Amino acid sequence: MTATTFLGYRRADGRVGVRNHVLVVPTVICSAVVSERIAAAIDGVGTALPHLAGCGQLGPDMHVTHDTLAAYCRHPNVGAVLVVALGCEQVVAQRLLDEARRHDKPAAVVAIQTEGGTVRATETGIAIAREMAATLSSARREACDLASLILCVKCGGSDYTSGLASNPAVGRVADRLVDAGGSVVLGEVAEIMGAEHLLAARAASPAAAAQLVRIVSRVEAEAMALGLDIRGTQPSPGNIRGGLTTIEEKSLGATHKAGERTRLEDVVGYSAPITSHGLTVMDTPGLDVESVTGMVGGGAQVVMFTTGLGTPTGNPIAPVIKITGNPRTAQTMADNTDLDVSGIITDGEPLDGAADRLFASLVDVCSGQLTAAERLGHREFAIHRRNPTI
Amino acid sequence: MNAMIVISAHDNVATALEPLEPGTTISAGGMTLAIGDRIPRGHKVALRPIARGEVVVKYGSTIGTAVSDIAAGAHVHTHNVESGRGRGDQARAGLPEAGA
Repeated sequence: MTATTFLGYRRADGRVGVRNHVLVVPTVICSAVVSERIAAAIDGVGTALPHLAGCGQLGPDMHVTHDTLAAYCRHPNVGAVLVVALGCEQVVAQRLLDEARRHDKPAAVVAIQTEGGTVRATETGIAIAREMAATLSSARREACDLASLILCVKCGGSDYTSGLASNPAVGRVADRLVDAGGSVVLGEVAEIMGAEHLLAARAASPAAAAQLVRIVSRVEAEAMALGLDIRGTQPSPGNIRGGLTTIEEKSLGATHKAGERTRLEDVVGYSAPITSHGLTVMDTPGLDVESVTGMVGGGAQVVMFTTGLGTPTGNPIAPVIKITGNPRTAQTMADNTDLDVSGIITDGEPLDGAADRLFASLVDVCSGQLTAAERLGHREFAIHRRNPTI
Repeated sequence: MNAMIVISAHDNVATALEPLEPGTTISAGGMTLAIGDRIPRGHKVALRPIARGEVVVKYGSTIGTAVSDIAAGAHVHTHNVESGRGRGDQARAGLPEAGA
């Protein structure tokens, strides 16, 4: 019998979290180290967003940084927010504070220049974050409908097993979650190139289909404008060693993970709110960490990440479930692997049987079970940059 | 476990699930194939002759274009197949895109 609920944290804004973090947000690279030290002092729930931006940015690049940090401040996996500012940067600490408070989360700011240096700012920040953690510890998980979930599907370090086993198995989980009223987000526009006709044919509206084709064409044009062969990065050297020949082949295998029946409802920008039930495509680059960072920013509470060659990527606030269809990787990268679906290839395990296991794991993880990436402290975070640093 | 898998009936390549050796004969999906090259695990083998300029089909969709004649049983990879997408190098050289 398939579960219809999981144990989550109901938020005041109506959304549901699968984790309850104290999030320590540096406004700028200059406050990243202090943020990480504060978060490290808060066992279990403290997590930071160290990043390289926040100043020296103009126009769209600045907006993406602001929007991404704000998206994490309102995220349902976050229970409380401590913003760590330097004091002279572009990112506005007050805006991040306001965003958290608008979503009824306890929030505060520590500014390094105001506090008087690293030591004082770290001490003040730890004291505030400990109070927040104490408050959050009284929150209880309760039964929540699967319809409240937004699942990010992602692949990285792909090989021939990704398109044969792990991606189609995750695709069946995506189909079932959408059947249950939930949502799925797919990113990595470059890895839709060559398969966009299949997703566009499943679009809920002509507008969504046109928007998908438009962003894939834009990414292709950007690669063309460099006057270079996209094969320098797509497929990656490891993909090619693994047997993938062209970006079209990689994309056809990769898009399986978004399901076979899901309808493309919407196409949104990087870190923009995911508001449609069903399948949303987010305009993210193919680089794993930037891609996951954006989709979690959009509101995804949990990530299913397939890999052929193995990869450690996690996220500061969302659990990342690592799934491989390669039996050798399941052995050699056992530390990083949550689920082995290689039996689909080696033992004839039915895709639906593998999907049953994946779905049960999704419910367990959303109810609090830690993933391999969480146990290992993998909290990779990178905001997509579109322009040079000024 | 089969030694190779054919994903769609429209495909002209199969994926090797084990390393395949030249001179061996493999059966899968109701057909028998004489292997001409060493095919590493996870790599593709031609199910029938694919002429230069013909599209290579996997998952029932085009994955690229053959840039040389490929014999049945031969290794199909970057040495004899080119992508038609994102080829800024070809645009700069003023060449037509593969498959265009």
